[in-house]
Amino acid sequence: MPHAPLIAYANVGKTFAGRADERVVAVDDVSLEVGQGEFLAIVGGSGSGKTTLLRLANRLIEADRGTIRVEDEDVRGLDPVQLRRRIGYVFQSGALFPHISVAGNIGMTPKLLGWPAADIAARVDELLDLVQLDRKQHRDRLPQELSGGQRQRVGVARALAAKPRIVLMDEPFGALDPLTRDALGDDYRALHGKLGLTTVMITHDMTEALLLADRVAVMRAGKLLALGTPAELTRSNDAYVTELLRTPRRQAERLNTLLPRGAA
Amino acid sequence: MSLLSDPRWGEALTHLSDYLGNHVRVSVTALALGLVVSLPLAIAARKARFLRGILLGIASIVQTVPGLALLALFYPLLLMLGSVTLNWFGFSFSAFGFLPAVLALALYSMLPVLRNTITGLNGVDPALLEAAQGVGMTPRQSLFTIELPLALPVIMAGIRTSAVWVIGTATLSTPIGQTSLGNYIFAGLQTQNWVFVLFGCIAAAVLALAVDQLLALIENGLRNRSSLRTALGGLGIAALIAATLVPTLARGPSSYIVGAKTFTEQYVLSALIAERLRAAGSSASSREGLGSSVIFDALAANDIDVYVDYSGTLWLNQFHRSDMPPREQLLDELKTILAKQNITLFGELGFANAYALVMPRKRAETLGIRSIADLASHTSTLSIAGDYEFFSRPEWAGLRKAYGLSFRAQRTMQPDFMYAAVASGEVDVIAGYTSDGLIAKYDLVVLDDPRHAIPPYDAIVLLSPRRADDRTLQAAMTPLLGRVDIADMRAANLRASGNDATSSPDAVARWLWDKIGKR
Repeated sequence: MPHAPLIAYANVGKTFAGRADERVVAVDDVSLEVGQGEFLAIVGGSGSGKTTLLRLANRLIEADRGTIRVEDEDVRGLDPVQLRRRIGYVFQSGALFPHISVAGNIGMTPKLLGWPAADIAARVDELLDLVQLDRKQHRDRLPQELSGGQRQRVGVARALAAKPRIVLMDEPFGALDPLTRDALGDDYRALHGKLGLTTVMITHDMTEALLLADRVAVMRAGKLLALGTPAELTRSNDAYVTELLRTPRRQAERLNTLLPRGAA
Repeated sequence: MSLLSDPRWGEALTHLSDYLGNHVRVSVTALALGLVVSLPLAIAARKARFLRGILLGIASIVQTVPGLALLALFYPLLLMLGSVTLNWFGFSFSAFGFLPAVLALALYSMLPVLRNTITGLNGVDPALLEAAQGVGMTPRQSLFTIELPLALPVIMAGIRTSAVWVIGTATLSTPIGQTSLGNYIFAGLQTQNWVFVLFGCIAAAVLALAVDQLLALIENGLRNRSSLRTALGGLGIAALIAATLVPTLARGPSSYIVGAKTFTEQYVLSALIAERLRAAGSSASSREGLGSSVIFDALAANDIDVYVDYSGTLWLNQFHRSDMPPREQLLDELKTILAKQNITLFGELGFANAYALVMPRKRAETLGIRSIADLASHTSTLSIAGDYEFFSRPEWAGLRKAYGLSFRAQRTMQPDFMYAAVASGEVDVIAGYTSDGLIAKYDLVVLDDPRHAIPPYDAIVLLSPRRADDRTLQAAMTPLLGRVDIADMRAANLRASGNDATSSPDAVARWLWDKIGKR
């Protein structure tokens, strides 16, 4: 089965206890498959349930209903700690451990897996090259000595350290300035292809999603509204999806008039 | 004489290794015990709101109990526990000195450690906890690699606070028999030796600051991952502990321990006994500032070897007797009762130190008061002061019953301030001691007790069960028996209540021996 989905959500639901007796339905009957080698972006506003959906995959959050399969195994049957060690996770604005060096942060999961120290060191250097950070200059620094972009590169390196097939990214580039964000997005997309990764990235930025992902999923109030390639999305009748697409489209048109081809 | 050239500084210095050593041992043990208990408790309670509330509540309540009271409470508690274990398991332990001090101080040390550990751990950025989980850490790995290191500065601040508290409060462990830098303070306060009080305060403060700085060095080293600084700090603490252990190990177990209660005369007499033992070639140390019942139990438990008590005190307070036989008969009976507990009443020193109602001579003459019976009709307009024990002692109840005394007001005072207070008219009558030198100094008069409500208080030498047949001790004590008359003791007490170089208990003891040794 060459194109078996690497992550498969089937009728998944998650409800949180809110304030008082209020129940908040974060994820409402979502079914979704992510194929091997695919780059899927999940787009939605805050409270749309996109982060919850992502975290259900590596059991940072447990589902109430439905089944989630990762690499064709039901996650409920797996040890959550072992599961997380084989899935890379890039956190919002890095979430690097501030008291641990860059090398220590990157080598964390291999260390937890019990790799020999020499292997970890070699892997750390390899990853620093991969995310385009200078080995000597950055290896022994503390996270606070790095710029925001550098920190997120370390965050990506940390997620890739134990050679996962799957990488989950939680608004990884949201806090960066536009230039850095653009460069980092392109660099990551290249890594995704080069390493044959399967990536699920959540973002509230439709432009970013369209530019990086193979397919885009749109979520609102816990429901999956639309799923498809950028071209497929444009054919959606849903008002919210159309609204989301209007901004990048308008930006593109305005940029086209402002920066006509050949004039720049 | 200038304060700095006062020879009492030198005398204070001779006790330093003993007092400081004991102080460090009891503080460090208490702190270690406190940490071992509170760190895991704080970790367990950090996410359980209910448990956390209970823990912090209890620790806060403990903190509001005055240090001295907390220490004092542990003594009877352990005494009770000791008798329970003796009955059930056939062994007991000393409820005196080290153990109660360590337990009370450990309890006292818990609040800052608990509070700061919980605060520190709960203050760790939730995003980092998610990251720890996300990279595949177990809760335990997350705790040790992420949460504790990040909370460390806050936790260490708590440890430093509690170290300073414990070292300060440890000075209060003197009255329950734990030697500490508080010995300087208590002895100094009792004998008006301000040099000792100052010395004790400075020593305790310097120790607290030194430990605080060493802990800061360790914290700094841990935070900046500098193993050099961590090692230096650790080495400093280790050196401090080692330095205080060495002199004790060298002293050996054959030394005698002399007990003393909380007032001047007891300091002088214990210094006299210790000096006699040293003159006989033995080594001797003192446990000073002990409460009346603490000191008796400590002797019965062999925690101290010898001390001077008073026949009437034992008769009423220890054995709760209400009959009042004549002096000789009381002593004989007391000897028999004590022998049942294997305690030896070795003999009388020659003077009696009874409680007595005392007032200024002129005032008494004006009012026409010569005895307590005369006083009774005036008490509704008069106030009375006594020491910390007096108003709860049976003598007071006996006096009130025998003479129908009902004073307008009663106050508790530090014994040495009482005399000045009555002389100045701040109170009208005090419950003083017949052997006190200040009676003559302030021109006070001791009121007669025609109804014999107060029993005789012969000063008697008591030996612990272990030392019952100790020839060295007996030989050293024999020359004192019957030699100390009331005039000598008053003179000695008066000297000891002065505030100059010749007024330290040791100096007065030497003076007293010079007087009585020749007889």
